[in-house]
Amino acid sequence: MTKVHHHEFDVVIVGAGGAGMRAAIEAGPHAKTAVISKLFPTRSHTGAAQGGMAAALANVEEDSWEWHTFDTVKGGDYLVDQDAAEILAKESVQAVIDLENMGLPFNRTPDGKIDQRRFGGHTRDHGKAPVRRSCYAADRTGHMILQTLYQTCVKLGIEFFNEFYVLDMVMTEVDGQEVPAAVVAYDLATGELHIVRGKSIVYATGGFGKIFKTTSNAHTLTGDGIGIIWRKGLPLEDMEFYQFHPTGLAGLGILLSEAARGEGGILRNAQGERFMERYAPTIKDLAPRDMVARAMANEVREGRGGGPNKDYVFLDLTHLEPAVIDAKLPDITEFARTYLGVEPYTEPVPVFPTAHYAMGGIPTNIKAEVLSDNDTVIPGLYAAGECACVSVHGANRLGTNSLLDINVFGKRAGIYAVEYAKTATLPPLPENAEADVVKLLEQVRSSTGDEKVAVLRRELQDTMDANAQVYRTEESLNEALNKIAELRERYKNISIQDYGQRFNTDLLEAVELGFLLDLAEVLAYASRERRESRGGHFREDYLDRNDDKFMMHSMLYKEGEPTGEIGAGIRVGWKPVVITNYQPMERKY
Amino acid sequence: MSEVKEIAEIPSFTVTLSIRRFDPEKSEEASWEEFQVEMHSTDRVLDALHKIKWEQDGSLTFRRSCAHGVCGSDAVRINGRNRLACKTLIKDLDINSTITVEPIKGLPVEKDLVVDMNPFYQAYKDINPFLLANDKPEKERLQSPEDRARYDDTTKCILCAACTTSCPVFWTDGQYFGPAAIVNAHRFIFDSRDEQADLRLDILNDKEGVWRCRTTFNCTEACPRGIEVTKAIAEVKQAILRGKP
Repeated sequence: MTKVHHHEFDVVIVGAGGAGMRAAIEAGPHAKTAVISKLFPTRSHTGAAQGGMAAALANVEEDSWEWHTFDTVKGGDYLVDQDAAEILAKESVQAVIDLENMGLPFNRTPDGKIDQRRFGGHTRDHGKAPVRRSCYAADRTGHMILQTLYQTCVKLGIEFFNEFYVLDMVMTEVDGQEVPAAVVAYDLATGELHIVRGKSIVYATGGFGKIFKTTSNAHTLTGDGIGIIWRKGLPLEDMEFYQFHPTGLAGLGILLSEAARGEGGILRNAQGERFMERYAPTIKDLAPRDMVARAMANEVREGRGGGPNKDYVFLDLTHLEPAVIDAKLPDITEFARTYLGVEPYTEPVPVFPTAHYAMGGIPTNIKAEVLSDNDTVIPGLYAAGECACVSVHGANRLGTNSLLDINVFGKRAGIYAVEYAKTATLPPLPENAEADVVKLLEQVRSSTGDEKVAVLRRELQDTMDANAQVYRTEESLNEALNKIAELRERYKNISIQDYGQRFNTDLLEAVELGFLLDLAEVLAYASRERRESRGGHFREDYLDRNDDKFMMHSMLYKEGEPTGEIGAGIRVGWKPVVITNYQPMERKY
Repeated sequence: MSEVKEIAEIPSFTVTLSIRRFDPEKSEEASWEEFQVEMHSTDRVLDALHKIKWEQDGSLTFRRSCAHGVCGSDAVRINGRNRLACKTLIKDLDINSTITVEPIKGLPVEKDLVVDMNPFYQAYKDINPFLLANDKPEKERLQSPEDRARYDDTTKCILCAACTTSCPVFWTDGQYFGPAAIVNAHRFIFDSRDEQADLRLDILNDKEGVWRCRTTFNCTEACPRGIEVTKAIAEVKQAILRGKP
């Protein structure tokens, strides 16, 4: 019998990255708060973010939150909810000041203010020229945000459940409405289960980049949180929009920050040509990521790639002063040295797009409340950060807007989760709340087939890289979906080798694969149904943006079980985009 | 553009890893187990560990997450030296000899390469690793680039424990705060915005504090982030003796 522990809190936060800890800092002083994370907090992937956090501080040149809003909307190819983008841009300044006040060591201007630098898609006066909007701490801004938030949590005495894997959420009916009652977590150290009840539950579980082979994402980014929401029959929004970051280290996918181009780095093809001049004549290498990633992939497709297989392009920093590189880009240049043996002072660095960030996710409103359809709020359920879709990133996120997103909407999630918890009563816990998790784990443990988790995962990642990456077609997406259906069947015949209770990562990798399969299918199916090209979603069989039919968010619902037929068990709905000031225009840079 | 360096196809080769195994559910005793894996020279030790786990023995247990040296999960002892498995290229080791991989020393082993990190985290928490200032700024505080540079090096710490568990003093005296906690104290002691340097200096003036450091430089050599750990400890010692400069 699995041992089950019970806990009660006012606010339960799942995930201890930037969004989760920012929420905890708001919630902790006002309500009994717990943060549950599959990792020790400072291991979270926020720490891998490099370049910066956008905010119109105007410390080094004229800037305004209104310009930032416009850039965010345009960068997102007009699929951004403009009310949310206004909040993101307006609250950015306070978000940066909050972090500075907590102790974050931002780089400084000569007069001691927070320094700012350029980043892709951020412009002055509606696209006239690049603007210095990104607040940064060398090229480890995410590391410093994660450390500073954790330090603040330590100061506040926030209660953490580290290396606890949340595998399920228990819903119950209160006043005729389904509300979350608890999450069920698996303690890695002991194999025991913990039912953690809360009045408010906040999801801040990050992304799911491990559905792809070439990715900047951590091994642990398997989308468990979003997967749980999906399995509960709650919708996921805009899952077809996945960002491929232009500059991953070739063959490895390790991120080289866009800050490299913000500081003057140039992309070149094998002929040494600065090819972005052809694709984005005004802002060139600082065009938004979707455009740069497609341009790079196109250079390779047309035979202008470098290397023995002509399968990458080059990031050229050789014209920058070594002192500038050391001061502003120390980590990423070390990655090039360590992993490729390339010296960025003197040699261009081989790069190719890498799966980086999910624009879509759990639909929320501007109070970070999770929605059960286009506009119905689920009382007590919140989401923020990469796992959420509010939607400030629309069809393509601008660099430095994600570190901003986790701070602005993480903070909001904490504030509103507390506000709700103050008047709510703890929802009753259904009988056998742990039953589904016990069953899930038992299925994996008792399965004795001859399929291996690692093999299935690699085949999934291969098909997603081949068929659902920068370029997509109906045919490629169908191929991905058929492959996923095959992998689902084979997943029923896996077996693991570790049957122990303690630190059983073999068991958890099998469970995580289940979430990856679910999310890969949702992504591929949503991509198939959006028969247009917009932002990060590019369909070679539908080259243009089609505002008449698709100026809408997709809303995907799980209905029934997959049968192997394409789309079986998935329903697609559509949700209007919130437009305040900016009517859709052609997106040129 | 300067000459483009072509990255040629890299031949694969077989390496032998000897891994320290321990699973208290199976045996009270730890033991060495050898595995042979086919690797490429661009592969890291973490890739070899994954290959073993995914193809040969699913029960092999270790921590990892980001796989490129920023999350600090996978500090292990490779050929007797503390390193991050994800930052150690196989080709930089002697591939003709057996590569040994064992847990970092001085913390209780839980299973295979996983250790109990809690004593390490507790030492970190004990030095008050957060900004302490009484001012209530309405905007950002100002800090000159020079003041910001003063503690830059120690902001790089990823709490991987490679330094602390390479320290001979820590091995024999688990009560010693250890290099990582002192590095994180340094980060705040030398931050011009912080007002409680004396509080941390008092804590580290304890018998388990900085004076236990014997300047063996193991910690500096072990740091995967290139932090000059021993220098930071020396600066804290000086600050205790002479006051914060």
